[in-house]
Amino acid sequence: MTTIRYTKDHEYIRVEGDTGLVGITDYAQAQLGDIVFVELPKVGKRLKRGDEAAVVESVKAASEVMAPVSGDVVAVNDALEGTPGLVNADAAGEGWFLELRLTDTTELDGLMDEAAYRAFVASLD
Amino acid sequence: MLMTKGRPAQAVALTAEGRRTFTSNRGLSIEEGLIFEIGRPEVTGVDLEEPAPFEHRLGACERESAIGLPGLSEPEAVRHYVRLSQKNYSIDAGIYPLGSCTMKHNPRLDEAMARLPGFADIHPLQPQSTVAGALELIHELSRWLVVLTGMEAVAMSPKAGAHGEACGMMAIKAALLARGEAATRRIVLVPESAHGTNPATATRIGFEVRSVPARADGTLDVAEVKARLDDSVAAIMLTNPNTCGLFERDIALIAEAVHEAGGYFYCDGANLNAIMGKCRPGDLGVDAMHINLHKTFSTPHGGGGPGAGPVVLSSRLARFAPVPFLRRDEAGLQLVEHAQEALDHDDLGPARSKVVSGKPGSTFPHPALEAFGRLTAFHGQMGMFVRALAYMLSHGADGLRQAAEDAVLSANYIRASLRDLLSQPFGDHACMHEVLFDDHWLKGAGVSTLDFAKAMIDEGFHPMTIYFPLVAHGAMLIEPTESESKASLDLFIATIRDLAHSVRDGDTERFQHAPSLAPRRRLDETRAARTPVLKWTKQGAALPSPSPRR
Repeated sequence: MTTIRYTKDHEYIRVEGDTGLVGITDYAQAQLGDIVFVELPKVGKRLKRGDEAAVVESVKAASEVMAPVSGDVVAVNDALEGTPGLVNADAAGEGWFLELRLTDTTELDGLMDEAAYRAFVASLD
Repeated sequence: MLMTKGRPAQAVALTAEGRRTFTSNRGLSIEEGLIFEIGRPEVTGVDLEEPAPFEHRLGACERESAIGLPGLSEPEAVRHYVRLSQKNYSIDAGIYPLGSCTMKHNPRLDEAMARLPGFADIHPLQPQSTVAGALELIHELSRWLVVLTGMEAVAMSPKAGAHGEACGMMAIKAALLARGEAATRRIVLVPESAHGTNPATATRIGFEVRSVPARADGTLDVAEVKARLDDSVAAIMLTNPNTCGLFERDIALIAEAVHEAGGYFYCDGANLNAIMGKCRPGDLGVDAMHINLHKTFSTPHGGGGPGAGPVVLSSRLARFAPVPFLRRDEAGLQLVEHAQEALDHDDLGPARSKVVSGKPGSTFPHPALEAFGRLTAFHGQMGMFVRALAYMLSHGADGLRQAAEDAVLSANYIRASLRDLLSQPFGDHACMHEVLFDDHWLKGAGVSTLDFAKAMIDEGFHPMTIYFPLVAHGAMLIEPTESESKASLDLFIATIRDLAHSVRDGDTERFQHAPSLAPRRRLDETRAARTPVLKWTKQGAALPSPSPRR
């Protein structure tokens, strides 16, 4: 069963079992504009919630991507190295950044579900 | 959404005025190739005698292939560079409203002074006795900077703003080392609206950056600073006026709180042009501040010349100033090049370093008895020093004050003339030397900040700074400086109003593919960033030579 949770910094985590794919939301990629570079962590890196997990650079700005929950990096999306535009094209799918093995699944409770995130984004405009 | 629309990679179908020409020239806008594409190796502009036969001693270092330098006759070389210069937009061609850049007029008097042989033709390795005038000039400029800012001492050698930041933060680090707190005080507070160089400098010098959010009016709240202060904080880095063009009115309270917590106050002086002659950073509690001579005191910059970033220091930091510095003795002004020299020359010897600390009203320039080291090979940007001092002397103290007042007046005139059409992120308040708009007013119009800026090029204007500062969404930051006449400002304002009315009227055509009339259409920034071409190759030569049909 898949659960998607969102942060206020516009990261998502798509959890299946004890691992989850982390990326930035469609709203975030639209705000950033065309993405030209993504710096990913090393596989095996241990991240605490809120740690800098990746860096995403667009034609406008460079931003940090935080770990939405604590976990170990078990995979990264190598495709982003050659085609960072995947994040613009398909942020929620092909444009994922990294896969985390969650160390504390209860941390997910502190994040927003889809409906809450939609409402949050609507409140920003 | 913001950036994917309205930026075709290819020029759209050419309109009547965009009809292709045989030469790719358009009227007298000349299409110029790279010098490598124009040159031929057999051509030269100088006639040198063939050397007599000789035997080289290069051994294995002998060159194996042609070096590939372009060969041009003198008229070809002259035309090439004149044509390139004509493609350059500059402050000498029109208003250059780049916010945060302070592109003010470079007075010709200053240029003339910088070209005087006694300043232009000297070398930093000449004996000091032969450059007394140049040393005197550096000393006089130092005095002006110290008096204008109300500070204790100045380090003249930093070469630009960020270099000056490094100098100031290294002085702070040296002071913490002397206090034995370098290991424990590791945090530098930086407001969200700061120049990007501030956190970069702090990190580079080995500090950790902690961000401080701004309040709703775009300025920093002393309470937010206090909430982050403890004995791990080394310093705060604050720009005043800040990058939103707003005066940080809590600055003195912030300085007091930082000092009480044992930290230092670094002020980014990039916007000193708005307050020079009006208030003194020393009175606001600043410990270190760089001064962009190339912004505040004119001098060409931004591709037109180097910067210069002298750093003024408070009595808390003066003795850590880097070498070299000037000291006056019986023989006149001498450059002190080594920290040890400073101690040797000092009347009280090493013991002085203990008593001099924090002593108000001590001699100028302050002997850097614990100089943290040296930042540059030589003494600073001499050409910029000459121009800056010429700017100061020709303006006088009252003229500098008026320049600041006029810069602020110009920015507010633009603000007041556009506020009914454009939106301001922090409400309708007076600004300092630059005015910040955001893209709230463009919402739903199908025109982005980028589109709007590109359309200004079609109207013959250099766009303002866009998408900076990041705290404003779709920012447009306009800094007119004091150089513009009212007529110039009025034309600029009328043009922006005309463009804004086009947005209101739904005439997105004017923006979607802009610029349409520039020598180049909209560039593909994404492709340039994703697949940059960093090296010219013969195969990649871009300019086809026209081939006649008959």
